[in-house]
Amino acid sequence: MQQQNASQRRVISLLVDNQNGVLARVASLFCRRGFNIDSLTVSATNDPKISRITVTLHGNEQELNQLILQTERLEVTRQIFELTPEKSLQRELLLLKVACNNQNRAELREISSIYKAKIIDLSPDSMVFELTGKPDKIDAFLTMFDGYEILELCRTGVTALERGGKHQHMQKPVQEIREAQLPLPGTHCPQE
Amino acid sequence: MKLNGSQIFVEVLVEQGVDTLFGYPGGAVLNLYDELYKNTDRIHTVLTAHEQGASHAADGYARATGRTGVVLATSGPGATNLVTGIATAYMDSVPLVAFTGNVATTLLGRDSFQEAYIEGITMPITKHNYTVRRVEDLADTMRAAFRIAQQGRKGPVLVDIPKDVTAAVCEFTPKAPELIRTVTTYNEEDVKKAAAMINAAQRPIVYFGGGVRSAAGCQPLRDLLEKAGMPATYTLMAAGVLSYGEPHNLGLLGMHGCYTANKAIDEADLVIAVGTRFSDRVALNPDTFAKRAKIIQIDIDPSELGKNVAVDLSLTGDASYILQAILPYVEKTEHKLWMEQIRQWQKNDYKPVDSDTELKPHQLIAEICRQAGPEAVYVTDVGQHQMWAAQYLHHTKSRGFLTSGGLGTMGFGYGAAIGAQMALGRDARVIMLTGDGSFHMNLNEGCTAVSYGLPIITVIFNNQVLGMVRQWQTTFYGKRYSDTDPHRHTDFVKVAEGFGAKGYRATTPEEFKAAFADAMKQQGPSWIDCRIGKDEKVLPMIPGGGDINDIIME
Repeated sequence: MQQQNASQRRVISLLVDNQNGVLARVASLFCRRGFNIDSLTVSATNDPKISRITVTLHGNEQELNQLILQTERLEVTRQIFELTPEKSLQRELLLLKVACNNQNRAELREISSIYKAKIIDLSPDSMVFELTGKPDKIDAFLTMFDGYEILELCRTGVTALERGGKHQHMQKPVQEIREAQLPLPGTHCPQE
Repeated sequence: MKLNGSQIFVEVLVEQGVDTLFGYPGGAVLNLYDELYKNTDRIHTVLTAHEQGASHAADGYARATGRTGVVLATSGPGATNLVTGIATAYMDSVPLVAFTGNVATTLLGRDSFQEAYIEGITMPITKHNYTVRRVEDLADTMRAAFRIAQQGRKGPVLVDIPKDVTAAVCEFTPKAPELIRTVTTYNEEDVKKAAAMINAAQRPIVYFGGGVRSAAGCQPLRDLLEKAGMPATYTLMAAGVLSYGEPHNLGLLGMHGCYTANKAIDEADLVIAVGTRFSDRVALNPDTFAKRAKIIQIDIDPSELGKNVAVDLSLTGDASYILQAILPYVEKTEHKLWMEQIRQWQKNDYKPVDSDTELKPHQLIAEICRQAGPEAVYVTDVGQHQMWAAQYLHHTKSRGFLTSGGLGTMGFGYGAAIGAQMALGRDARVIMLTGDGSFHMNLNEGCTAVSYGLPIITVIFNNQVLGMVRQWQTTFYGKRYSDTDPHRHTDFVKVAEGFGAKGYRATTPEEFKAAFADAMKQQGPSWIDCRIGKDEKVLPMIPGGGDINDIIME
C-alpha cells in the first residue's frame, strides 16, 4: 500500500449504542484488522442510549480512512469522525508517582509548579503528581523526569470534543427503501 | 395475543417468508423443535448429518436463490459446528440467519453443560449477532437479523436464544416484513466523471465480482459492455454472470485465471472494478496490479473502496443502480484495436490436451455440461476441481455456480448442493463437483440427500492425493509431498451403496459418459468416482505475490 503521508497521531471519536458487548465488538474489529491503538477511552454521554469511545492511533491517511470505514460497518456505530487538533479540545489526565528524598523534593516541586501539576500525595520517599492537559504537554512534563526514579505512572488516554456548537458528522450512508425484489429461484439474472 | 418464545420464533419465521429451515435438534432447542413439529405445513425442516452441513445447506439455499438462508442448531457443540459455515457465508457476503439455542439465562456464564459463548465466538464472522435475554425482545431481534442479513452488503447474522426465553410468554404483535434497504443513491458528479473516464479510455476493461450477482440485477453490466465495446473479466464469485462464449467475456481472472484476462488487466489504461475487492487471489501483487491503468471502483460497501489497491475514482452503491446511471453518459464505441489485440493474446491461452483413453478434467467437465445442460446449478468443493470447474464449465446462469470463494472451505459442496436442491425443487438439476479430499470431509451429508430423495449427482475428481496442495509442493517445495498422499482405500461405490445412494466408477471417457447418463435417470443421489492422474495441474498459474510476468503455463 502506498504511503500517502507520514504517520501521525490521530484522534477519532465514535458514538455507539450503549449496550453490553459494544466495546468488545469495537476492540475485536481493531484487533483483527490490525489497527494499532495508542489509547482508548469509553464513557457515557448525556444520552443514556449512546456511549462515546475516543481512540488515538498513529497512522497515515489511508489507515485512518480504513479504520473509520471498517468501524462504520458495525451495527452499533452511530457516528464516527476524526477530531483534528485545530478544531477540537483534547485532554488527558496523568498520575505520576516519583521517588524522592530530602535533597530533591524541592526540585520536583518546582517542575510541578511550572507545569501547574498538583501534588496529591506525599510520603517521606515518594510524591504523586496529577496533571491534566493536551497529550503533548503531558509528554513534555514526563521528559522532565529523566533523571528521577519513576515508581509508577498512569495516563487515561485522550478524551476530546469538538470546539463550537453543533456539527454534522459523517454518518452511515443514506439508504433508500425499495420494494423487496426478491428474485425467483434461478431467474435472478435472466438472459435477455 | 400472548405467545411463548417458541411460538414467536415460528411466527416471525413465517412472517419473514422462511419456508425451509436447515438444522439439527438438541437439548437447548427442544422447545423450538416442538413448535416446529406443530407447524410442518408452514415451515419445512431439513435435518442434516452434522450442523456444519446444515450451515452450508442454508448458505447454498441463499446462493441459489438470493433469499436469506436459515439454520438452527443447539447450544455448545451445535453452535460451534456452525462456525465454519457462518465464516464461509461471511467471506462471500451470503445472506444467512443462524439461530442457536443456549442454556437458560440463569446458567449463562457458569460453564454449564453444552454452553458456549457463541456470540463472542462469531463476532468477527457475522455482520452482527445477538443474545436474546428477554422474550419481549425476541420478535424484534429476529426481524432485525433478517433485515441486516439482506441490507447493503449481505452477510450472516446470528441470534442466540437461551432455553428459558423459548418457554417464556409475552404479548406478540404480528408485523409485515420490512422492505429491504439498499443504497440506490449515488453521486451525480462522480457518475459523470466515471463516464468521461470510460469515454476517454483506449484500452478499458471491466473486472467484476460477486457484488454484481448480489446487486439488484446484472443487465446494466451487459448493457455497458455492449455500448462501450469493452471486454470484461471476472472473479470466482462472479462466474456465470456473463455467459460462456459471450464476445465480451474474457474469462476468469487471477491466480488461475486465463492468460488473456490477466494480460489485458496489465495492459489496460482503465479498469472498472465492479462489486469486487481486489483480493490477494486476483490482485496478487497490489503494487503491480493494473499498473498502467486508472481504476474506477464501484462497491456497495464503502470500506472496500481503496482497501487493497489505491483507486482513482470510487462510487458507493448498488452496482446495478450505478451502472444504470453511468450508461446514458457513455458514448457508443467499439475499441477495435484493443479487441484485436485481445484476440491475438487469446491465441496464447492455455489449452489442455485431450485424451481418448484417460479421464481428463476438462473433458469430464465438457461432458457434464453437455449432458446436464445450461440450466443446471453447479456446486463445487475447494481445490483443483474447483478451479477446473471455474475454468471449463460453460456457465450461463448468474446463480448457477456455487462455490466457497473467500474462505475456501473444503467440505462446503455437499451441504450447499442439498440447500440448492431444496430451494430449487427436485426437478432442478444440481451437479456437485468435488475432489476425493474435499468429499472425504463432508460426505456424511450423503445420508441427508438419501433421506430427502435429492437427485444430486456428484462427480468426484479422484486423483487419490490432495491435489492443490500437492501441486504447490511440486512447483515450490521440491516435490516433497508432505502429507498430501493419504494412501486411502475408500471404495466410493461401496460408500454410496452403504448410504443407500447409487455409486459408479469411471476410468475411461466412455465409462464416464454412460455412468453420468445413468445417474441423470436416478431419483435419489448418486456419485461417480472418476480416476484422474495425480499429476494433473491447474494451469495457468500465477504464484502468490506475482503478476502476469510470472505466469506458469506448463
